[in-house]
Amino acid sequence: MGGNLLANYGEAVAMILFGIGFSNLLLQKNLIKKIIGLNIMDTATYLFLAEKGFIAGRMAPIVVDGVTSVEAYINPVPSGLVLTGIVVSVSVTALMLSLTIRLYRRYHTLDMDEISTMMKKEDQ
Amino acid sequence: MDFIQNFPFFSILLSLGSGVLTSIMDKRMARLWNTFILVVITVLSAVLFVYMLGTREPYTFMMGHFPAPWGNEIRAGVLEAGMALFFCLVMLFSLKGGQEHIDAEIEDTKVNLYYIMINLLLSSLLALIYTNDLFTAYVFVEINTISACGLIMITQSGRTIEAATRYMIMASLGSGLLLMGLCILYDITGHLLMSNIKDSIAYVYAQGTYNIPLIASIGMVVVGLAIKSALYPFHTWLPDAYGYSTASSAAILSSLVSKGYIFLLIKIFFRVVGFDIIVDSKIVNILFVFGLCGMIMGSVNAILEDDIRRMIAFSSVAQIGYIYMGLGLGTTIGIVASIFHILSHASTKSLLFIAGVGLTDASGGSKRFDDLTGSGYRNPAAGIAFTIGACSMVGIPLFSGFISKVQFAEAAVQNSLAKMLPTLICLAISTVLNAIYFMKTVIRLYTPVSKKTKKTQAGEAARASVREHPLYNISLVCMIILNVILGCCSQPIVDWITDGLAMFG
Repeated sequence: MGGNLLANYGEAVAMILFGIGFSNLLLQKNLIKKIIGLNIMDTATYLFLAEKGFIAGRMAPIVVDGVTSVEAYINPVPSGLVLTGIVVSVSVTALMLSLTIRLYRRYHTLDMDEISTMMKKEDQ
Repeated sequence: MDFIQNFPFFSILLSLGSGVLTSIMDKRMARLWNTFILVVITVLSAVLFVYMLGTREPYTFMMGHFPAPWGNEIRAGVLEAGMALFFCLVMLFSLKGGQEHIDAEIEDTKVNLYYIMINLLLSSLLALIYTNDLFTAYVFVEINTISACGLIMITQSGRTIEAATRYMIMASLGSGLLLMGLCILYDITGHLLMSNIKDSIAYVYAQGTYNIPLIASIGMVVVGLAIKSALYPFHTWLPDAYGYSTASSAAILSSLVSKGYIFLLIKIFFRVVGFDIIVDSKIVNILFVFGLCGMIMGSVNAILEDDIRRMIAFSSVAQIGYIYMGLGLGTTIGIVASIFHILSHASTKSLLFIAGVGLTDASGGSKRFDDLTGSGYRNPAAGIAFTIGACSMVGIPLFSGFISKVQFAEAAVQNSLAKMLPTLICLAISTVLNAIYFMKTVIRLYTPVSKKTKKTQAGEAARASVREHPLYNISLVCMIILNVILGCCSQPIVDWITDGLAMFG
């Protein structure tokens, strides 16, 4: 158990970061802090994929010196997944930030709870 | 390979491509083009469905030049083709029913953006239905979320922007969990294609070496999708999002967006993990408990609500609870009941939202129950449609809601006592609660008001404007027919779902 944890410390760190990001996104009141939490959470996933995809001593699968043995290279798919994930998370972040700007212009606060109370007052 | 087998790919590509084209069109053109594309995709799906009913052989379709296990694939079977056809139909009716409101509530320069979102939403729904690759599914889940967010916030009032923000926060939590679960699953099995993952998981599970990570990853995927489809404790964004967005958006969101995620979850149950392992892992029990809570709490909240749109929205929470309860029963017949309820809820809820907006129009735009008194006389078509929708949700025979309740009860009776009793009790309580708030509304719609009040005059003016739009009435009639077909000819539909599920495995 302890040995496994030490050998896979990268994955362990990724999981801890994922937890930090997840709870920030869920529990923070401030919208900007929520978005930071979202980014920590997504980045933790990429760290996890990168850790899993890397094997010490192997190269990216670009053949330059004629070595074609499978043993010499890593699997490129996890890196490809990271790239796709980054694109997705960038667009989600951009959308969230634009929504935040809209809300701030209307209510002059970033606090979700305050916005909710203001809206209830507007209704009455 | 038959030419018809290309149709799933054509449908996805057509709606994605037309989204791009719509961005340079003006309002009228965008509307015509969107209707045209929707009809084309509906026809393509219908042809594929008939073809699949003939061959009864599911097939995989290679996307690009690399064969499995490296390349990307889509897969079509009877169930997928039927679902695609049904989703297209519901989307078409919801859009046409809410047409006047799209034109009235959205700024002229932004109407084509609305149709871009509709196209993206349709393509992502189709991709979720057809894809055979888990990471593609994740990417399209995100596209689905982003376009749904656009549909909510397009009217640009403070309420809708706040609702969209809340929706994005919950959806991001869900997709974070989904992504992490998929990554762990990929690390354990080394594959991204569903059929390959299933073989690896069966092997790994038999070996017993990676059981804890396996269960954890499946749990993350299930919880992620449950959050995104608004299972009970994660439903806080839902009433605002459905209650204040334009009518078509609310109808599409409640009947299609959350159902797309649930369909993906069912696919993951059968095609990725294997149903035996899912049942063995006890994850379904958690879904079962939360489904039951949702059935009761959604209805209780709906009773307390004073706003007709928010009441229908809370009713959605209860219906999502029904679907998850069916998944949680852990038997194939339970899943069949859930899929039938997906169809029945989609057809009924879109009908209720579209009929509801006609009633509020006839009451001077107010959504409060006090102002809605007697609106069933002011807009007869919407009144009748709402009554039929309400009967279907409560579970009156002839309509689709009755059949899904019978299916759930049958599935429960075939289960062990520990699950049978809570299911039947909650089903009974929830039906009574449904009846309380829907019948209360229907009675109010047909309570006469004295003709001298101001509101009625506003209603008369609104009634005149309603009559000029036959499109609204036609789409209401189509949705009612869809509902009655589901309710009266249920046996072939149930057989179709059972066959489709058998082909999943």
